[in-house]
Amino acid sequence: MQKFVCDVCGYIYDPTNGDPESDTPKGTPFEDLPEDWACPICASGKDVFSPE
Amino acid sequence: MSGPFKAIQISDHVHWVGAIDWNVRDFHGYMTKRGSTYNAYLVMAEKITLMDTVKAPFREEMVARIASVVDPADIQYIISNHSEMDHSGCLAEMIGRAKPEKVFTSVMGAKTLKEILHSDQAMTPLKDGDSLSLGNMTLSFMETRMLHWPDSMFSYLVEEQLLFAQDAFGMHLASSQRFDDEVDPAILHYEAATYFANILTPYAALVTKLLAKVAAAGLKLRTIAPDHGPVWRRDIPGILSRYADWAERKPSRKAVVVYGTMWHSTEKMALAITEGLLTGGINVRLMSMDECHRSDVAFEVLDAAALVAGSSTLNNNLLPGMADILTYLKGLKPRNLMGAAFGSHGWSGEAPRQIQEMLAEFKVDLLADPVQTRHVPDQSVLAQCYDLGRMIAEKICQKVNP
Repeated sequence: MQKFVCDVCGYIYDPTNGDPESDTPKGTPFEDLPEDWACPICASGKDVFSPE
Repeated sequence: MSGPFKAIQISDHVHWVGAIDWNVRDFHGYMTKRGSTYNAYLVMAEKITLMDTVKAPFREEMVARIASVVDPADIQYIISNHSEMDHSGCLAEMIGRAKPEKVFTSVMGAKTLKEILHSDQAMTPLKDGDSLSLGNMTLSFMETRMLHWPDSMFSYLVEEQLLFAQDAFGMHLASSQRFDDEVDPAILHYEAATYFANILTPYAALVTKLLAKVAAAGLKLRTIAPDHGPVWRRDIPGILSRYADWAERKPSRKAVVVYGTMWHSTEKMALAITEGLLTGGINVRLMSMDECHRSDVAFEVLDAAALVAGSSTLNNNLLPGMADILTYLKGLKPRNLMGAAFGSHGWSGEAPRQIQEMLAEFKVDLLADPVQTRHVPDQSVLAQCYDLGRMIAEKICQKVNP
């Protein structure tokens, strides 16, 4: 699955790992993250993420 | 003549040209009891390079220190490792005065500085792993995004094994001495830990990654020159290993009891909880938010296993001092904490539940329902508080080895 990188802080969302901070289960594609999901490191929104 | 301010040489080619802020006590909400320094450095390579600047009011002090070594107009490169205003506060003026050939910063630094300086000054962005020749010497760069701003980066002077680490490994400490081995180790340890607790804990996971990256790169460190506090030249392994420990946020057998009280009822409860904890063998810090500062609480929480928080209920809400500390801690993202809430009230008693909700937001493992009472706690309520302390003590002892 496609990984996405936060353009602000460099955090990489890897669908394989999900996001434990927001209780997002493993295997969740980036597109399926809720619109108000925020980067677990810098709290920027989904709109600043780009495909790695 | 440069007046009374002189540069201090920290290696063969590098001079400290920063400023000492003896009297700053409030650093955007972080109490800096011992003042601070803003460290700028002059690299006397063939390309004379200025590394960061200082907070705006200290510009002339920095310029004078530079002038004790070289005419500021001879500076050819300026590098901004961190855009925050205590380091970029007189960047625009220095660019105007030195008219350098180039100004370098990270990719995110170029964006941030545009939004701070609003100038047409061209910034040359440097990427992670880039090198820059200073003629007879070389700088290499490492992005350290979110340590602690998106623009943050390290610059490494290869020939001198000297790391310009901007805010990492720094501390707020105004001192006559410029090197770690000249400062009382207890003060050094305390101020470095307080700095980590108040500035770096939200990004602790990135600190762990960065330390691994530095180790993997085989970077030899003879000197670490941070943007605040003393330059590390002796206890480099010590500060690196302490950073690794703090980043892990490994709890010790310690609890912080933090509370706000109106008529000392919540305070009586806090004291009973504290007795329960310390009778159970726990190292306790009891902190009233009517007296203590938020940054001292953040320091104590750094190695704590439990956070027990209480408040009287004022106009259906928790006391402002408690809202302050819980909001502050939420931003610092402490981890590995257990906890509980308590408080006395006159009629409605919302505060302990509100505290619980806030504790849950930063993932505190809540061990019990709030202990609450109306007005002054009687002996049975105080016994309940003591038992709560004992229960938390037992949980801490189960979880944390002595």
